Amino acid sequence: MGMAAESQFHVLAVDDSIIERKLIERLLKTSSYQVTTVDSGTKALEFLGLHQDETINPNTPSVSPNNHQEVEVNLVITDYCMPGMTGYDLLKKVKESSSLRNIPVVIMSSENVPSKITRCLEEGAEEFLLKPVRLSDLNKLRPHMLRTKLRDHNQKQEKQEEKTAFQSPKQQKIEQNLQQQQQQCNTNKRGHR
Amino acid sequence: MEVVQIQRNLVDYTKSLFMEGFLDGQFLQLQQLQDESNPDFVAEVVSLFFDDSQKLLNELTIALDQPIVDFKKVDAHVHQLKGSSSSIGAQKVKNACIAFRNFCEVQNIEGCLTCLQQVKLEYYLAKNKFETLFRLEQQIVASGGSIPMIEMGF
Repeated sequence: MGMAAESQFHVLAVDDSIIERKLIERLLKTSSYQVTTVDSGTKALEFLGLHQDETINPNTPSVSPNNHQEVEVNLVITDYCMPGMTGYDLLKKVKESSSLRNIPVVIMSSENVPSKITRCLEEGAEEFLLKPVRLSDLNKLRPHMLRTKLRDHNQKQEKQEEKTAFQSPKQQKIEQNLQQQQQQCNTNKRGHR
Repeated sequence: MEVVQIQRNLVDYTKSLFMEGFLDGQFLQLQQLQDESNPDFVAEVVSLFFDDSQKLLNELTIALDQPIVDFKKVDAHVHQLKGSSSSIGAQKVKNACIAFRNFCEVQNIEGCLTCLQQVKLEYYLAKNKFETLFRLEQQIVASGGSIPMIEMGF
């Protein structure tokens, strides 16, 4: 892998119960994740940079220009049963947002209701964890975060590699030389891809 | 009293709490999350539980005392109490909450009132047990000893 294996993942944990928040925070920190906890879905969306009253248009960025998502969030873990915005509502809002929908979402619940679980998975939740959550459950989270990071990393690489995809090695070499020359010319022009 | 003796008392006491069903495996999970960098984790979580539960029990008493009982509200409180007691391993409190919710579902006021009494009883018992547990731990630490890890055959 071309990425630092030690890079820390940042998890946003959402639960209205202070006891649950303390517990999930400790569990996540013990698993070497960076953690932010909030007590509602609304606060979670605020943290992610998405405002409630914005209409969600898939063609326009959903992040308010005045409130940049300064911290990258690699996973959202949320309780299902919360007053106001439920975990399911939060899941929907994240998946409907063009800027947030790639963030994996995990739902926690103290109730084992199959229809509820299916609903969440259908809406795009990566996992459904039964409370009380244990350390071993958190092992299921890492693959989702790794996959998203890999995908984001690869997407960037792909854009650069698109051009060379169908070129022969000789053509690629010529292309490389051309690019290097161009970069030297562009150094002062501040050209950006 | 020697540290070794207090440590033995603590181990025996903790084991008895498991045997009698006051605590379940979740409490062990909590203990595993405690270490040198977070030496008071369990005590902190349990303390939060005490505060939270006290509030919930007060709300429940008030809610069930209304001329027209809002069972949805009552159920929501019990659900919360069930969740938090389950999270710290307070098994008897959790089980009392489960029974309570059943009566909420069928809107049986008498059943709910009885359950509330039962939950309160279990809660105060659990509180006493935890306080004794932490007192023993404090005695050990004050005497320069370390808190023994409980090995259970779960």
